[in-house]
Amino acid sequence: MLSDKDRIFTNLYGRHDWRLKGARARGDWDGTKEILAMGPDWIIDEMKRSGLRGRGGAGFPTGLKWSFMPKTESDRPHYLVVNADEGEPGTCKDRDMLRFDPHKLVEGCLIASFAIKAHACYIYIRGEFYNEASNLQAAIDEAYEAGLIGDNACGSGWKFDLYLHRGAGAYVCGEETALIESLEGKKGQPRLKPPFPAGVGLYGCPTTVNNVESIAVAPTILRRGASWFAGIGRPNNVGTKVFCISGHVNKPCNVEEAMSIPLKELIEKHAGGVKGGWDNLQAIIPGGSSVPLLPKSICDTVLMDFDALRDVKSGLGTAAVMVMDKSADVVQCISRLSDFYKHESCGQCTPCREGTGWMARVMRRMMKGEATLEEIDTLEQVTYQVEGHTICALGDAAAWPIQGLIRHFKPELERRIRAYRDAKVRAAAA
Amino acid sequence: MKRALHEHQPASFAFNADMQARAERIIAKYPAGRQRSAVIPLLDLAQRQEGWVTKPAIEVIAQMLSMPSIRVLEVATFYTMFNLAPLGKHNIQVCTSLSCMLRGSDDVVRACKDRLGIGMGGTTPDGQFSLHEVECAGACVNAPVVAVNDDYYEDVDGAGIWKIIEGFKTGNKPKPGPINGRDASAPIGPALTLTEDPTKPIPKQDFAAAKAAFEKAKAEAAAKAAAPKN
Repeated sequence: MLSDKDRIFTNLYGRHDWRLKGARARGDWDGTKEILAMGPDWIIDEMKRSGLRGRGGAGFPTGLKWSFMPKTESDRPHYLVVNADEGEPGTCKDRDMLRFDPHKLVEGCLIASFAIKAHACYIYIRGEFYNEASNLQAAIDEAYEAGLIGDNACGSGWKFDLYLHRGAGAYVCGEETALIESLEGKKGQPRLKPPFPAGVGLYGCPTTVNNVESIAVAPTILRRGASWFAGIGRPNNVGTKVFCISGHVNKPCNVEEAMSIPLKELIEKHAGGVKGGWDNLQAIIPGGSSVPLLPKSICDTVLMDFDALRDVKSGLGTAAVMVMDKSADVVQCISRLSDFYKHESCGQCTPCREGTGWMARVMRRMMKGEATLEEIDTLEQVTYQVEGHTICALGDAAAWPIQGLIRHFKPELERRIRAYRDAKVRAAAA
Repeated sequence: MKRALHEHQPASFAFNADMQARAERIIAKYPAGRQRSAVIPLLDLAQRQEGWVTKPAIEVIAQMLSMPSIRVLEVATFYTMFNLAPLGKHNIQVCTSLSCMLRGSDDVVRACKDRLGIGMGGTTPDGQFSLHEVECAGACVNAPVVAVNDDYYEDVDGAGIWKIIEGFKTGNKPKPGPINGRDASAPIGPALTLTEDPTKPIPKQDFAAAKAAFEKAKAEAAAKAAAPKN
């Protein structure tokens, strides 16, 4: 188990003062000026060496992303945009950072912006997080007041402004280009890439979009050193990670653990185990609603990291672990997710707009078994026609859970179809 | 679900003095000429003032931000937090997404319907309560989650939501957060992690040595690049 001295989010549960005084006592804003004095090149190099992979779901190396920004400032200002539009079903890690450790994020925003030569940063927070936004705004105000950000941030000579922007309820805005559109005052409909945001982002200017957790861990990584962070976990999957464990466990919780912790150990140590014991486990979605579920046989041994979960055709995603015991109707669970994606499709691309509705309707029938056996294959084919044929990954995210279900629970789908058909035949004969 | 403007609209809209000042502070967050970035926050202010987003409010905001009112309407209909019709004073929003479903959000929905005597999307005749189903509220380890206006009530069950509604009915707003008394997203019961004093000094790397190593590596890379290839 990760020891407390290696945990970054020491106020994850809000047991301590989240304001500046408390944050400073826990080591935030300690020597920030010294870090800035090391220069943007060193900061980006150190972030690369730390091996931090983006915590928003895709796992792209954070330092590398920062290095894509133009090296010199032009007439087009640079921007950092922080994605706090947390809404992937199962995921609630950023919420705790925003409300209980907001100064880690504010300090991270300054350092990251300095590294990518941005004088302004916008944090886009989902509208439902009203109280979380209030805490974060208070932290921003405190940081201005103390001279930590503003015209001469931390006495470094760097001018830095930080703004909080509240959204209004659209999951798709968690996609970086939809988020930029939304921040510009439009419907949150993703843009075609390229151009990538590092070239043409917010207001047509070079922009880096990072997840809350990626930015909030940066100050601690730089303070303690890349090698400390890189020494936790296993190669290419390093550092600490906040996991969200929900569903059929005895003690659902968020916890910061070492990357690559075995899934079983994570659940048994921190979440009090699966309801009714490990043998009562049916399936787990290991990384938020968008990644395919895993049957118990894989959960027995799989490690919680990017590569291990990719190898079993799933993904770490946001590290939101959703547990289903044997009492769960696994088809209904995936059907519920299909309803979610139908609701959240922005409607821009035809395969997603039409496909999510179609898939949701068929999943509802599959739940009851009101289908033919051939339709399982048709459903699977449709998921592959949606996947990869849309501007953003929402179409993929809608397709993957169904693909996972068919991959691991096809006999269950077939059983339901037969049972439904037999019941009909019996009713007709009676 | 069809999201369109309500058929009955008020004659006019104006921000009150407090909201006007807040709107101006929000507009100032964005670069000159980019004021339309403020459209979502301003619609939110209008909704806070009036309880819902009205057509006259959309027109006023369009004018304030120098944008066509159709663009404001587009935003108001796209984002689901904007209410396009009047709502009850307490808007009860039950999350029924997967994590909440697995932990009994169906019971919570049933209890809400029974207690309030209304269906999904309905408002009680006294105008006190509205009931809505929402997609993932983002508090999944505290499922089931119910938001009442801006506040989250967590670890809720059928009996729990009954008590929460009772509190609002009698004018005693219940305390938001987990109703079972646990600390936020911590596992219930004795703490297993974060038991140490969080103010213990954190070890720091030697910045001078790190800088020297970085410069040395950079110089070596430059020399290697400059060296003739054989």
